[in-house]
Amino acid sequence: MVDLPERPDALQTPRVGVDEWVAAHEERVGRRTGLPGLIERGWNWLPPFGKLAVCVVPAALLPLLMSEENLARYAVYTLFYALMGLGLNIVVGFSGLLDLGYIAFVGFGAYGYGILASTQFGNHWQAELAIPVVTVATAILGLLVGLPSRRLVGDYLAIVTLFFGQAFVVFVNNANRISFPHFGHVDLTGGANGLANIDPLNLFGYHVSSTRQYYYVALIAFALLVSALYFANESRTGRAWRALREDPLAAESMTIPVNRLKLMAFAFGAGVAGFTGAIYGSFQTGAFPGDYDVGLLITIYAVVILGGTGSLAGVALGAIIINCAPELLRSQHDASLLFYGVILVTILAKVRPWRLCAAFLAALVGFGFAVHAIADAAWPRLTAGHAQASGFLKGPIEAWVLLPRHPVKIADFAYVILIAAILLVTQLHGWRRLAVLVPTLYLAAMVWENLLVGQTAGATRLILLGALLVALMNARPQGLLGTARVEIV
Amino acid sequence: MNWSLFFDLTVSGLTLGSLYALIALGYSMVYGILKLLNFAHGDVYMIGAFMGWFALHGLGGPISPDVGAWIVTALMFLAAMAGCGVLGVVIERFAYRPLRDAPRIAPLISALGVSFFLQNSALLLFGAAFRDYDSFDLIGVRTRHVGNVYLATPQILTVIGAIVLMIALTLVVARTTVGKAMRATSFDREAAAMMGIDVDRVISFTFFIGSALAGAAGVMFGLVFGQIYHYMGFIAGLKGFTAAVIGGIGSIPGAMLGGLAVGLLESYATGYLPQGSTFQNLYVFAVLIAVILVRPSGLLGRAAIQKV
Repeated sequence: MVDLPERPDALQTPRVGVDEWVAAHEERVGRRTGLPGLIERGWNWLPPFGKLAVCVVPAALLPLLMSEENLARYAVYTLFYALMGLGLNIVVGFSGLLDLGYIAFVGFGAYGYGILASTQFGNHWQAELAIPVVTVATAILGLLVGLPSRRLVGDYLAIVTLFFGQAFVVFVNNANRISFPHFGHVDLTGGANGLANIDPLNLFGYHVSSTRQYYYVALIAFALLVSALYFANESRTGRAWRALREDPLAAESMTIPVNRLKLMAFAFGAGVAGFTGAIYGSFQTGAFPGDYDVGLLITIYAVVILGGTGSLAGVALGAIIINCAPELLRSQHDASLLFYGVILVTILAKVRPWRLCAAFLAALVGFGFAVHAIADAAWPRLTAGHAQASGFLKGPIEAWVLLPRHPVKIADFAYVILIAAILLVTQLHGWRRLAVLVPTLYLAAMVWENLLVGQTAGATRLILLGALLVALMNARPQGLLGTARVEIV
Repeated sequence: MNWSLFFDLTVSGLTLGSLYALIALGYSMVYGILKLLNFAHGDVYMIGAFMGWFALHGLGGPISPDVGAWIVTALMFLAAMAGCGVLGVVIERFAYRPLRDAPRIAPLISALGVSFFLQNSALLLFGAAFRDYDSFDLIGVRTRHVGNVYLATPQILTVIGAIVLMIALTLVVARTTVGKAMRATSFDREAAAMMGIDVDRVISFTFFIGSALAGAAGVMFGLVFGQIYHYMGFIAGLKGFTAAVIGGIGSIPGAMLGGLAVGLLESYATGYLPQGSTFQNLYVFAVLIAVILVRPSGLLGRAAIQKV
């Protein structure tokens, strides 16, 4: 006996990739109350272009509120991440192909634009001509990479494309030394020095040069791309892609041309990547081999996965989180605020009822002071260091956290113990979890102050990114805005 | 033809190939049993190299070790293998096991996250500088002449060590109960579970063995090439996986063959092909593509029959 959906026409709309039962079940169980529920229902009630407008219109006002530098750091890079994420979303989100060479297409776009519009060859093409050429060229490259890969399933495709990405980096790193049979020696990519002096965009005679102008260019490109992808996803091809993602074998037996669709997804994704790469390269006024390596690839994957594969709004949300959180971590003071703030908010939101929450916080504070007092009495060296924090955080931290005079070795051991403690916490439940959480959080604060805060611009951000990916996959494999899928056996 | 160059390249190719084969075994076993591409495997190998280094320096350092040099070397291997084995089990337990029934992409992303985490933790804890094994001080600079071929002690140790480990692995898989359970689990996990095999434990054991082999490879790399650094796992992992795919993923002899093939190929490419030392990875890549196109299931792999 199947519960019929309430709307009689609901069964008419094809919903490939959504299990009807799961959708209905989630609707019943996942209905939220209060403010989050209101926002969720309001969001779902909006028509697609209303959603786009809700995102884009406030974003268009941002340059009025921010300085040029902040705009570049927070807003422009977020938009570029979102643009790159949109292309990856076609390949990974819509059609479910694991393309680990994606970032090479972005790099190809940037280098291609650099070759057409920089001092390297003395070409200075207009952007309205150069960008389509680069986009099409990248799409063709995507097609070529896809050709040998179309026979590959899942993970084989991943490894071939990963190697392709590596090959791209090796190639651009060394292409200044290649001699071609007919043309002789040509310095194509500037080798390890990269292509500097890429022209700013020159659109129909209008020079885009300031950060603000680039922001608007990227925002318009984002709006156009999202609209185009929305229609692509709702089209026949989009439905076929989703069918392919869900079950290639079933799709093929339904006469869906699987190989052609795979190639199309590859070419489309590569085209978007080339388009983004061209704008990105001109914004950065250069293209360098190291920029298009695994680091950026994982970042863009994090954008798509965090937001929820296959969801356009998810890509935007993922880009905001993935770009802005590490940017905040760049400054030590903001990083500390963010660190303690996130812990505090999580405790307040997750520990219920409020009496328990208050007791927990009291226990945490008390535990810290107790440990500090004992250490102060027994081994004064353990508390003789100074906090790197400034402002109002400095006093409380020095009074509460253990700051050894020579933190290096102790902090290294504390880091390893902290990881073990966090893993232990995930295995416990109920009061045991809370009890172990108290020393764990204290240890986390100690590791943060002694080890992590000094590296916020480098290793710390990436460690947190990696941990975030693992934690998110464990907690919500479908991403923040994605829909859960059920494997039907 | 310059035979001396040829033999030198062959020796270095075999050394490199042994390392790749050990890494490829871990990839292949995990893939065979879980159908999971364990991206963190290369970083486990890197951690193994560092564990060996710490064992070496914990025992007094390469110049004046507390016990005999060969005992130190053995203890380095032991420490790295045990440590990496435990690390592999922990990674599986916390990053992959909760995702066993999730869509295929979720554990892959989780593996990428683990890889990122391990790499940057190593950067944080060990620093960005290269660390030196000083294996010449430890086990001697004596090179042996066989005809006009030079063999350095660490190279001999690596090749023999890899062969011993592979024979041991083959015996474990072919002769023991747990090996039988591993084969059954990789053949059909659900059916194995129904036959009373503790699948979780078998998978943990697989991760332990695979990671221990990677740890041994890490120590070997340190002994042969001297320098280790936090980023060494990535490219080695990539080569190891290439080796596994070329040999036929899921097949243990295939991983060995693939590893040796990739190592020799890389070595000969460096010596003979134009600009080989720069573009060796591209040559390996080209061969990978060719093998996949001609024999998608690898040299020794059996084509999977898909049942619907």
